[in-house]
Amino acid sequence: MYVAVKGGEAAILATHDLVAEARRGDLAVPEITVAQIREQQALACARVMNEGSLYDQDLAALALKQSQGDVIEAAFLMRAYRTTLPRFGSSEPLDTAQMAIRRRVSATYKDLPGGQVLGPTYDYTHRLFDFALMETEPQRAPSPPAGEGWGEGSRDASDMSSKTGANVSDLRDPSSAPSGHLLPQGEKDRAPLDTTMPRVPDILGAEGLMEAEEPPEGDPRPFDLTRDPVSFPADRDVRLQSMARGDEGFLLGLGYSVQRGFGGTHPFVGEVRVGEVAVEFVPEELGFAVDLGDVTLTECQMVNQFQGSKDVPPQFTRGYGLVFGHSERKAMSMSLVDRALKARDFGEATNYPAQQDEFVLYHADNVEAAGFVEHLKLPHYVDFQGELELIRRIRREREERLAQEQGAKEPDTMPEAAE
Amino acid sequence: MATLARASRSEIETLLGDPPDHDLLKAPETGTVMVEGRAGGAGRRFNLGEATVTRCVVRLSNGRMGFSYALGRDGRKARLAALLDARLQDEAEDSGLHQGIAALAAQQAAARDLASRKAAATKVDFFTLVRGS
Repeated sequence: MYVAVKGGEAAILATHDLVAEARRGDLAVPEITVAQIREQQALACARVMNEGSLYDQDLAALALKQSQGDVIEAAFLMRAYRTTLPRFGSSEPLDTAQMAIRRRVSATYKDLPGGQVLGPTYDYTHRLFDFALMETEPQRAPSPPAGEGWGEGSRDASDMSSKTGANVSDLRDPSSAPSGHLLPQGEKDRAPLDTTMPRVPDILGAEGLMEAEEPPEGDPRPFDLTRDPVSFPADRDVRLQSMARGDEGFLLGLGYSVQRGFGGTHPFVGEVRVGEVAVEFVPEELGFAVDLGDVTLTECQMVNQFQGSKDVPPQFTRGYGLVFGHSERKAMSMSLVDRALKARDFGEATNYPAQQDEFVLYHADNVEAAGFVEHLKLPHYVDFQGELELIRRIRREREERLAQEQGAKEPDTMPEAAE
Repeated sequence: MATLARASRSEIETLLGDPPDHDLLKAPETGTVMVEGRAGGAGRRFNLGEATVTRCVVRLSNGRMGFSYALGRDGRKARLAALLDARLQDEAEDSGLHQGIAALAAQQAAARDLASRKAAATKVDFFTLVRGS
């Protein structure tokens, strides 16, 4: 018997207050600002932008603050906010060859044109705590670095009048490497990097060794899974969009599974590049492309083993990853799974999860996944009453049946089915 | 417009000075643009994700229209940038406003250049015993 009940409003209001208190933590500790999160937790912001599928560093930082650092909750906030905004249209396709490179490495060529640029990375750190970071540095906080060095991009850079070595001491390695490392001095004497660097697969492509990557006939508009329902088999544009907004951990696990043999590719990183790319958009009323500013992107091109046929000589095959912000792990995972999902196109067996588009696409979205998993917390009182009633009836009927059988047989038999 | 898109609100404010009289043809509006990429960098287009964009259209009292489109959600910046866009169309190429824009562009280029030099400082110089072979 179930009786409908109302209630919980007061409790829910109280939980809003309580979560606000929990979020704030100890009042003796200064409150964190959105700008601090944006500037100092940029990698977390990148993840929120990717999984929230919305590029806006301030909103990502706000989402992280509001969700106490819960990345999936933060992505959910981004997704929810996005639905309130009108869409002006689609950008021109990004040209990653024009990226202002901050980092670019290749595992396939040592001396590639443009060079190996390590950029800001934790790859070569020792993963030892830098306890100096536990100390705040109040003397640096109030003054935005201006002039020389890091601060040149700062808005109020009067000019480079303070050309002293004064803030060389500030040029600590920004990574978590043990403190005491200074950046090489004289970076101003270094020539800037080449403005365009060839993408590594294109180098192989020039020799015909790489699977060609060309737009299909007519360069069609891409499918948009936020507007139209996905059907299977899913095309590459759908798969790439799904993975770009997919959960990093899920794609990492799938990518790892592929490498370990559940999908059979062990590729080379043709290239990983990180940097800024201009977004161009053609407003209807103007009719020409307008530069909206730069977004930070990470792109990964995996070089995988050969594929050929009687018509096509053996070629390397590609996996591609492109994501917002500095998110190498995500871009690499995406490119591994992208290649695995091409299995059907290449006539390979699709025995493993990473090769099955339906499996990957239906489970990559962590906002959907979290929603379905976490909805289990919501009241299921009626469903459960039903189950409860059912199991009681089954048990009752079983006991009655056993009792009947028992009565029919001789009394010394053990009731072995009873547990 | 590219320079204005990358400029801060205060930079635009400083350059514009007192806002001229104008009508708002399209009040500052924040929406999104779906950012497209290409598979493999040059292949099939796909939707990478959206980005917030704010736009504004103004008309000065002389009828000149100004437009602004930029990433982000700063409505006031969008309005000021549209005003500046309108003003710039009426000004001679060597006017103070155009020089101001050129200075902003130079500042942005210098920031890019510095970032590139910093990245260049992390460029690997491989060496072996038979270097250059």
